Amino acid sequence: MQALAYIVASILFIVGLKQLGAAATARRGNLLSALGMLVAVIATLSGQGFSWTWILLGFAIGGGIGAVAARRVQMTGMPEMVALFNGSGGIASLLVGWASQVTGGGSLGVAELVPLYLAVIIGGLTFTGSLVAYGKLSGRIGSKPVLFGGQQIVNVGLLLGMAGAGLGFVGQSGGAWNPWLLAAIGLSLVFGVMAVIPIGGADMPVVIALLNAYSGLAACAAGFIIGNTVLIVSGALVGASGLILTGIMCRAMNRSLSNVLFSGFGSAGAAAGAAAGAQGEARPISAADAYPILEAASQVVFVPGYGMAVAQAQHAVKELGALLEANGCEVQFAVHPVAGRMPGHMNVLLAEADVAYEQLVEPDDVNPNMAAVDVAIVIGANDVVNPDARSNTSSPLYGMPIIDVDLARTCIVLKRSLNPGYAGVENPLFFCANTRMLLGDAKSSVQALVNEFKDA
Amino acid sequence: MGADLGLTLFIFVLSIFLGVELIAKVPSQLHTPLMSGSNAISGITIVGALLVLHQTAGGGALATVLGTLAVITAAINVVGGYLVTDRMLGMFKKKGGK
Repeated sequence: MQALAYIVASILFIVGLKQLGAAATARRGNLLSALGMLVAVIATLSGQGFSWTWILLGFAIGGGIGAVAARRVQMTGMPEMVALFNGSGGIASLLVGWASQVTGGGSLGVAELVPLYLAVIIGGLTFTGSLVAYGKLSGRIGSKPVLFGGQQIVNVGLLLGMAGAGLGFVGQSGGAWNPWLLAAIGLSLVFGVMAVIPIGGADMPVVIALLNAYSGLAACAAGFIIGNTVLIVSGALVGASGLILTGIMCRAMNRSLSNVLFSGFGSAGAAAGAAAGAQGEARPISAADAYPILEAASQVVFVPGYGMAVAQAQHAVKELGALLEANGCEVQFAVHPVAGRMPGHMNVLLAEADVAYEQLVEPDDVNPNMAAVDVAIVIGANDVVNPDARSNTSSPLYGMPIIDVDLARTCIVLKRSLNPGYAGVENPLFFCANTRMLLGDAKSSVQALVNEFKDA
Repeated sequence: MGADLGLTLFIFVLSIFLGVELIAKVPSQLHTPLMSGSNAISGITIVGALLVLHQTAGGGALATVLGTLAVITAAINVVGGYLVTDRMLGMFKKKGGK
């Protein structure tokens, strides 16, 4: 009976994930997957002799925290929220592994001890890695890469230490406070921090996707400890989907995973950018002067970036888009896959602001027609519109697919200041002959444009 | 314990391939909900937490504390993950109707 219920739960997860992949069915897919979770939990609890006090206590506290956090979080804070949830899944797998050692200890065979160990270290590094990602995403700690001499040596040392502790643990797995396991927990927690601090804010979409994969694999390993198929199946599904997303994000930046994880991208670029210095004169424009250009435009493309999220400008942007449409202009929103701080970040914000799904386009859809676009409005995006990625072989961004806003007839860049983007690379777009800089907070700049339209 | 290792490994490998097939063609618009939705699924470790807590009779207070903490953290992951995904998709869905 329980086995049957687990099969039903697995089917619900699989169908749910499948439906999550298409816009029309995504919400139902998420509900099916949640139903699968409910079935799995009920099936588990149908066994005899559970200590209900602790279970209900755990459900109440954990469910309460999760529900409140999910309800309170703002859409702009979504990347760090996902990171926190991910981290809590990681620590849960670590705790499952540890508790299995405490209860089973010396009586477990190698077939249980190896996955137990893996659940602990993958869970541990997922936990602290996610916390560091949370810190960087929420601005509690600097988002610049943290690099120091001998960093790789320290990391290799940590990995060797974890491998050594693993061998020791499989050899001597008993004891309430098993020293090998405790050492491994400590090492994995430190390693999670070390693995994420050298990664800059702009590379966070890759990190979030990868940590998501890890949390699935940790759950999967926990499934091997207790020989539970529903954990193995769903953990593997999450692991695979996380790895695919990671690959998509890397391809969108034309970089390998190892380059993202180890290169400390951005710190070197900042030095290079500073050396190159300003490459010309940027031409500022005021909202009043931008208005006639927009008023005359028949095709406008918005290119949002992280700056739009920071300024919470999505609603104002939607309003400006609607006014342009009312003026007989065709409006599109070109979203780069790695714009923002997590996969699909801009899509979530624009959806919150009620931008029609059909208006959202990908770079490959919009680039071929860019020469026909009257105005491209860049809102707080930088590296994803840097033309050096197309033409300058010495740029650290070279080869990254970008949105070719510099080829539009006019490009208006909304930006707080003329500083380089998060990758720390100078952007020649700002000095192009057809580029106008509308400096200031993105939300007030867009609002000023909206007011121009309304007053006209 | 329980299932045969060869069989569980087999299931694991098949599930990885299935996951790859399921996700490969997702449009970028849905990347965030997909990620947070699959993140909620990784909270399935809650089943492991419940089973471990179930066995803690032999493990004493330490095991009970660890098991309960595991249930709490996994429940945060599950409940928070599903709710937040639903909230996001609720905004996406409105567009479909228009």
